[in-house]
Amino acid sequence: MALLDIAGLSVRFQTNSGLFTAVENVDIQVDHGDVLSIVGESGSGKSVSMLATMGLLPWTAQVSAERMAFDGQDLQQLGSRQRRRIVGGEMSMIFQEPMSSLNPCFTVGTQIDEMIKQHKGGSRRERHERALELLAQVGIPDPGRRIKAYPHQLSGGMSQRVMIAMAISCDPRLLIADEPTTALDVTIQAQILELLLKLQEEKGMALILITHDMGVVAETAKQVIVQYAGRQVEQQEVKSLFAHPRHPYTEALLSALPERAAGQTRLPTIPGVVPGQHDRPTGCLFNPRCRYATDHCREVEPVAAPDDPARTLCHYPLGRPDAEASAGPASEPSPGVSPETSSPSRPEVRP
Amino acid sequence: MTSQTLTMFKFILVKLAQLVPTFIGVTIVAFAFIRLLPGDPILLMAGERGISAERYAQLQAQFGFDRPLPVQYWEFLKGLLHGDLGNSLVTHSPVVGEFFSRFPATMELSLFALAFAVIIGLPAGVLAAIRRGKTLDHTVVGISLTGYSMPIFWWGLLLIMFFSGTLGWTPVSGRISFMYFIEPVTGFMTIDTLLAGDWGAFLSALHHLILPAIVLGTIPLAVIARQTRSSMLEVLGEDYVRTARAKGLSSYRVIMVHTLRNALISVVTVIGLQVGAAGRGDPDRDDLLVAGHRQVDDRCDLAARLPLGAGRSGADRVHRDDRQSAGGCGLWGH
Repeated sequence: MALLDIAGLSVRFQTNSGLFTAVENVDIQVDHGDVLSIVGESGSGKSVSMLATMGLLPWTAQVSAERMAFDGQDLQQLGSRQRRRIVGGEMSMIFQEPMSSLNPCFTVGTQIDEMIKQHKGGSRRERHERALELLAQVGIPDPGRRIKAYPHQLSGGMSQRVMIAMAISCDPRLLIADEPTTALDVTIQAQILELLLKLQEEKGMALILITHDMGVVAETAKQVIVQYAGRQVEQQEVKSLFAHPRHPYTEALLSALPERAAGQTRLPTIPGVVPGQHDRPTGCLFNPRCRYATDHCREVEPVAAPDDPARTLCHYPLGRPDAEASAGPASEPSPGVSPETSSPSRPEVRP
Repeated sequence: MTSQTLTMFKFILVKLAQLVPTFIGVTIVAFAFIRLLPGDPILLMAGERGISAERYAQLQAQFGFDRPLPVQYWEFLKGLLHGDLGNSLVTHSPVVGEFFSRFPATMELSLFALAFAVIIGLPAGVLAAIRRGKTLDHTVVGISLTGYSMPIFWWGLLLIMFFSGTLGWTPVSGRISFMYFIEPVTGFMTIDTLLAGDWGAFLSALHHLILPAIVLGTIPLAVIARQTRSSMLEVLGEDYVRTARAKGLSSYRVIMVHTLRNALISVVTVIGLQVGAAGRGDPDRDDLLVAGHRQVDDRCDLAARLPLGAGRSGADRVHRDDRQSAGGCGLWGH
């Protein structure tokens, strides 16, 4: 049984101009000790689906799911008291903005202590010892002094380390990291990622890493979910995802990696932005930006084929494994090929 | 001395230095308003019988009205710095004495009014923020808007008519029942009765404070409730409140510890401003005493805010052309 098992998760927000669907029909399965990455641009609903799992969305959000279970316990059926026992204790989360995620009124020590007290208890002395140990574990020099520091006295990297210390303080079985390195310097980013992976391995906890950086995905994850405009468009193991992306969006994301654009004068980009509440296209949500889009894509919403393990949300998934021998466009060197030349040929190669 | 305390010390010094020009400005305004009033106080004192020219000159010299205005201002300032506001032209007793005999009553009432405002306003604001958009929120916002807009003399009259008149629950006026005589020590009736060990008198003093405290506390209450609500809403959207929720803390702890503590920064500032306003004695409020409330009557020699209308005694003094007193009251008013 998966540790976290979510099926058909949808999140809608009540706005002045009606309901806005931020996340639709998302499935997430994470096993014990797994590392899952959720990728997508800003606005693709990555954070929202995880905040919904944690129960941290504001009151304007309406969350519904066919199944939303943590370790066999249905999160939707649990009372708020039981759910709070899981949130923070069994399943914890760190956020994008470490500098504003710590309460400016309390010292680092107090904020870590509060978490331990809530879930583990123990005497004041034991908790203090534990907090010192945690700070050392996340690589904070001189924990004895730092434990008395207020958040404004810490740098962004230090604050994120404190957040991590807090998140792992009660030995959670699942850690959700919501773009933990986005707000940090490039040099610090690598350190924080390394720290997260080291802790994940040592503690054997599962890790969900939300990111929009394909480079991070390649280095960290085992499983990858690609989200676009609130929908899950593809789910694969990291190796096969990088080798054989199934959704045009994934392919476009990958071709935008600087490493893959070597030898080209311009880095390929995906034109346009993720559609918001008011500019949703008909048919496939990705069609205005897709180089392979046909009239069919513009009219009919795609559904994942039942026999597709990657559950690709596309009318014309790239390079189906059985069709790989035939020269599908996915096996062509995709960057540099102009959409005009390749798109007309797409429907024909569909098996 | 650590560098932090040194910085604080410097900060306080600078703030004190900045007070000097303010002080000079306020004294000039207070002085000028009194001198600019039409009518001649000495002629007024003389009454209908009139006064001889020599006596008139003598009195002018006695009060210093014959000297140039800058000199008069200088004398006024000198006296002020020595704690001497001069003698009342009507009662001939020192203005300072009159002022301080009534001051504790003002303080007492202000404190109770403010306590009422904070005790009700703060929780109301917090609840409204938590129940945002719900009936409770609309109720709190609506009531506080009404309370803020209510002319306070009218509100006072309504309460007196209903609670003192119709229901007979509270006394109409006074600071304490006629049955008690308490030797003033601090001037605070509640403290003096406790010092005297007279429990009945203490309760009577409290009983007399309830209605005026509610009336005077209404506007601060409205201000505090609204400020608390908006400040809470702002902090509730902060990332660290989400972190507190992500820790699995109870909503009570998230609200009262992580949110309220940060929200209080602006609320405390507003409460501080209300303390200033309450201690000053608002002219509107002083109209209440014209409406017959002896409690407020007693405390209100203080606020002769001349351009706006004045407190009872301030108003009286102006009516009687007691320039010396009105000037002293006006000074406090600022």
